[in-house]
Amino acid sequence: MGMDMYAENILDHYKNPRNFGKLNNPTGTYKDSNPLCGDEVEIQLQLSGDKIDDVAFTGRGCAISQASTSMLTEQIKGKEIGHVKKFTQQDIVSMLGISIGPTRMKCALLGLRTLQKGLWGMSAPSDLTNLQ
Amino acid sequence: MHMGSVPRNMQLDISQMRSDFPILSKKINGKPLVYFDNAATTQRPVQVIQAIDRFYRETNSNVHRGVHELSERATEQFEAARENVAKFINAKSPNEIIFVRGTTEAINLVAYSYGKKLRRGNRVLLSLMEHHSNIVPWQFLREKGVELDYVGVNDDGTLKLEDYYGLMTKQTKIVSIAHVSNVLGTINPVEEIAKIAHEKGSLILVDGAQSIPHVSIDVQEMDCDFFAFSGHKMLGPTGIGVLYAKESVLEQMDPFMGGGSIIKEVQLNESKWNDLPYKFEAGTPNIAGAIGLGVAIDYLNVIGMENIRRVGKGLTEYALETLPEVGDIEIYGPKNSEDRVEVFSFNLAKVHAHDVASIVNDYGVAIRSGHHCAQPLMRRLGVPATSRASLYAYNTKEEIDLFIQSLKKAKEVFN
Repeated sequence: MGMDMYAENILDHYKNPRNFGKLNNPTGTYKDSNPLCGDEVEIQLQLSGDKIDDVAFTGRGCAISQASTSMLTEQIKGKEIGHVKKFTQQDIVSMLGISIGPTRMKCALLGLRTLQKGLWGMSAPSDLTNLQ
Repeated sequence: MHMGSVPRNMQLDISQMRSDFPILSKKINGKPLVYFDNAATTQRPVQVIQAIDRFYRETNSNVHRGVHELSERATEQFEAARENVAKFINAKSPNEIIFVRGTTEAINLVAYSYGKKLRRGNRVLLSLMEHHSNIVPWQFLREKGVELDYVGVNDDGTLKLEDYYGLMTKQTKIVSIAHVSNVLGTINPVEEIAKIAHEKGSLILVDGAQSIPHVSIDVQEMDCDFFAFSGHKMLGPTGIGVLYAKESVLEQMDPFMGGGSIIKEVQLNESKWNDLPYKFEAGTPNIAGAIGLGVAIDYLNVIGMENIRRVGKGLTEYALETLPEVGDIEIYGPKNSEDRVEVFSFNLAKVHAHDVASIVNDYGVAIRSGHHCAQPLMRRLGVPATSRASLYAYNTKEEIDLFIQSLKKAKEVFN
């Protein structure tokens, strides 16, 4: 952990986030924050039926939370909405391709949690790091 | 004690002091540990660790009410620790020392027990640099119509003292203030604030969690009504802390928790409260913790609080001088070692606080990042989070150098 976390792809997504910005006519806007680090993201979806036609996000926070959300938007664009529901913590870890300790997992999961909570009221996976 | 005493004003032998702390010689990620998270919790010297071990091996028994030998010895040690605490902060009597779990419980005790006496329209005066533990317990009183006011913070990280004159009203019943900020390291002029509070007929609680490890405390000179602190931030164990309060104030207050120890006589529908301090110590206390805290105080006395403060000032001056070398670094809090302790919150321009902490961890450096349980202060500073390096007298200039190297690495990664 530590420096290994800041792999090239993570830093690339952090410095040049994909799908960054706002949509003109979003079907839904979902916002959440991680009070532990002060990370915030807002994700917008444009749906046609069950298909995610477009997605955009804005936010500020640590490299892990922002890069992870950026990658997530790439993964779900053009997919069925059900795809987001099935996404797991392990999927996020594989997507990032780095090892993440328990205290930073919350950062990594912020984007996914924002969507799953906003769309279906799903609670986060076991959440020891939410303690303040 | 296993160490020789250090005369006042003699140079403190830091390497000898460090050797009393087993954890300081540990390696983290293959690097020597640089422990800069002392404002969260300090480390414990072997003397404290051994005292706890010895208690459980040789004396363990419940205190009070037991007439057998072990219980008498445990009671003796527990009460000796209380006397030790009383002397350390210059309380008038051990009856003014209430053992609690920590600062948080101490403040909750006051907010509940003294808070019972407050009425709709009464006010409590806090500040924007308080830890959540000196905000949230008071918020509970809003239910009964008590209002909260907040003294502001200047750009240099000091309190807006003039606010006390503006915000104190006849309705203000309690002023509660951190002696030292856990984020900024600022030492607040609590004697002066106590004077203002008393002139206006208010009581004052001083949150001493961050001051008691660094500066010598005299509650009579300070003239505070309450002083709260935690053992684990002053080389003692976790789970033990102290509420000091003037005896006359404690006498006016009802107990915080019901249970054994706090009563003289229990009838079916009511009870008579026990004498001080037991009125406020329901249930079996943290006996080993109190004994460990007593030994931590012995340790601090042998080193000497003057020596600890002097070493701390030296570390502050060195850190404030060298940290700007990192470049694009904003350091919060006073720039003068007189006005602060060696706790530094900072931000690097392009790196989020959490990423800073993760990267320096690779170099064995333990710092904290986040809002430090002080969200109103974060908002005042206009930042979502800071990184915080909190040092103690056993830290060294060489460790500050290593820390600066690791910060330079963090900058490189993100440039």
